[in-house]
Amino acid sequence: MEKKIELLLSSSPFLKQQEDTPAVMRQVIYSLLPAAAGALWFFGISALLIMLTAMLFALLTEGVYNKLTGRANTLRDGSALLTGLLLAMTLPPGIPLWMVALGTFFAIAIGKLIFGGLGSNIFNPALVGRAFLQASFPVTLTTWVAPGNGLSFMQWRSAAFTLPFVREKVAAVSTATPLSMMKFEGQLTPFKALFLGNSAGSLGETSALLLLLGGIYMAARHYINWRIPTALFATVIVTASALHWLNPETYAPFWFHLFSGGLMLGALFMATDPVTSPVTHRGCWLFGAGIGLLVVVIRTFGGLPEGVMYAILLMNGVSPLLNRIAQPPIYGDPAKFKKNEAHNE
Amino acid sequence: MLHSMFSNHLPTFRHGIHPPQFKDDTKDKPIRHFPFAPVMVIPLAQHIGKPSVPVVREGQEVVRGQLLARADGFVSVPQHSPASGIIKKIGRVPGITGKMVPGIYLEPFPGSSQEVMEGRPVDVETATADDIIRAIQDAGIVGLGGAAFPTHVKLKIPEGKHADTLILNGAECEPYLTTDHRVMLEQAPDIMTGLRYLLKATGAPRAIIGVESNKPDAADNLRAHIPPDLPVTVELVEVKYPQGAEKMLITALLGREVPSGGLPIDVNAVVVNVATCAEVGRLLPRGRGIQERVITITGPGVEKKGNYWIPIGTPLRYVLEQAHAAPDINRVFLGGPMMGTAVSSLDIPITKGTSGVVAFRDAEAFARQNKIYPCIHCGACVEACPLFLNPSKLGILAKFKEYHAMASEYHLMDCFECGSCTYVCPSHIPLVQYFRMSKLVLRNEKAKKIHV
Repeated sequence: MEKKIELLLSSSPFLKQQEDTPAVMRQVIYSLLPAAAGALWFFGISALLIMLTAMLFALLTEGVYNKLTGRANTLRDGSALLTGLLLAMTLPPGIPLWMVALGTFFAIAIGKLIFGGLGSNIFNPALVGRAFLQASFPVTLTTWVAPGNGLSFMQWRSAAFTLPFVREKVAAVSTATPLSMMKFEGQLTPFKALFLGNSAGSLGETSALLLLLGGIYMAARHYINWRIPTALFATVIVTASALHWLNPETYAPFWFHLFSGGLMLGALFMATDPVTSPVTHRGCWLFGAGIGLLVVVIRTFGGLPEGVMYAILLMNGVSPLLNRIAQPPIYGDPAKFKKNEAHNE
Repeated sequence: MLHSMFSNHLPTFRHGIHPPQFKDDTKDKPIRHFPFAPVMVIPLAQHIGKPSVPVVREGQEVVRGQLLARADGFVSVPQHSPASGIIKKIGRVPGITGKMVPGIYLEPFPGSSQEVMEGRPVDVETATADDIIRAIQDAGIVGLGGAAFPTHVKLKIPEGKHADTLILNGAECEPYLTTDHRVMLEQAPDIMTGLRYLLKATGAPRAIIGVESNKPDAADNLRAHIPPDLPVTVELVEVKYPQGAEKMLITALLGREVPSGGLPIDVNAVVVNVATCAEVGRLLPRGRGIQERVITITGPGVEKKGNYWIPIGTPLRYVLEQAHAAPDINRVFLGGPMMGTAVSSLDIPITKGTSGVVAFRDAEAFARQNKIYPCIHCGACVEACPLFLNPSKLGILAKFKEYHAMASEYHLMDCFECGSCTYVCPSHIPLVQYFRMSKLVLRNEKAKKIHV
């Protein structure tokens, strides 16, 4: 021990769980892969191009912003990549790529960076981008193509390469989503088509099964708080069933609400975004239930066939409030003891 | 116990974490004696409370077990000589925080037989509760689990309260540490003797020994040693950190919650560490003072890992030499890795509160985990906090220096710094470290106000 020993000083604890934030982001991206593969199967190369464009521009936007503002490189935390992929999953397969790029820029810049970057944003960035696109290009965003299968992978489904702001070119073979068929024509899509994904919709809306696979994995590994989707599903089941019971002719059964549109994607991958959802368990229950209720209300009584995006964005806005009111009593809370004493006397 | 009636799970508290145990290296190593260091360093304050006052002078020859410094008031304990030798100096010695603190340097006689001086025995049958409490103070006993709070202060039941259960804490939930485990295996008779004193001192009609279920051998051994007339049961509790925290163990065993800002006695419980109880059972019948304690020496930087009886005041450098520490160790901490303290110097001594010495040599692994990401509000810390605080919110408030809001709205002062939040945080935010700092700022502010 003649050699001088240099000691590192630090404050306990000295043990740390090894999984860090980038690892969590990576895992969420992996969980999205089954659904992304499903999108490729149903929509072919256009889906691939949309996803690649969104991810590329997400990284580009954040990278350029970091350079301009002299911030440290944050691309490795994986959150920009995830936002890009999530946004792509909410887009219709026939969208021109320049809109994807613009929407992604908006999602990252306005949805996340101006709030202060990862962890500081109030609204889910991917949904902010999607809301922006829907407001700007309502026709394109609601023009759907029928899903194909893997055999037609190379078949072009849209004018993906139209130039920016040239007249929007609507795909030749357009079709309606299950939700708009239900809303405007009263036509119910069969369960099997909804569950497996053989129905029109956004890239990530088609197969409830593939989304559930990813969701169950994330919940089992604690990457998401399972209380949010659970509360959301339960509320949708209860309210939709109640409506259906009142009038089965006009109101769809609960399974239709659960497995159609963006509900699965939204419930499992958007509502569970930790940054924009409450931290307390009670807050998560309320948050999920609020989204579920809003979804059914918007879909049933609103002007739009789909309401998952707005439901989540609205609840994102009240998430800080939920955190505040849903703070659980602490261990040894004095209030608990006052109650006991009152009992004894 | 209620919990266990309704499910197959062992009793425990809610939330908490499951860190790796690292106990296999030392849990089967019997406690061995340790040689005397050439110079012993004895700080006067090895406990929470007022420092002791020296009663010896420089150059004086002392016998092992002789009183070196007396207690100063009720919340204070005396120090006894860990070895027969000569008092070299009374002055300032290196303390655990890195500051110099008042203390005594003692040079043991090399050839001495190191017989321990006997004092006046305390007979558990004839002594009163107050006699026992005084004797425990006179023996210099503090909580050996790590907090080093004077044991006799805990045992003194305040006016108007009563204890219905004495809990012996054998949870030992800190990774790496195996001292309590070995004590329960090797010193069961001492623990039972100690229990008689503790039950009488507190007036509690029964005792429960809580042992984490990763030490079934210890629980079996204790059960086998319970005398027929002693109202003691041994209960297994779930392996979960921080099961050994007083509040958590009370909740696990009794289903009661200690009120915020309160003490165990507010729910009629007194909690004492098993090794502390063994010490009471060993020292009081002989009227001796505490001169050594059991310590786990372990970690990747140590070759002769094990559990040792180490004299109080042995410098860390000597301890590590004897345990054949690697020459390139770069991190040494006292206590467990969750709540222990990293030391800045190897000159500081083993004190009564030291339960373990863990040495590391892996700078690389340590640096890798240092990158801090922004809080993503994942709530992992909220799910870990055994007190149901909101570390995520507290961490954000700490960053903005909102210390008063942390205390008044988010119960900062309840935090006992178990470090579970920091352990689970995927963004590597040093939460508990923020909280320690915030509490310090608030305490300093309060102290200033009193002086103005």
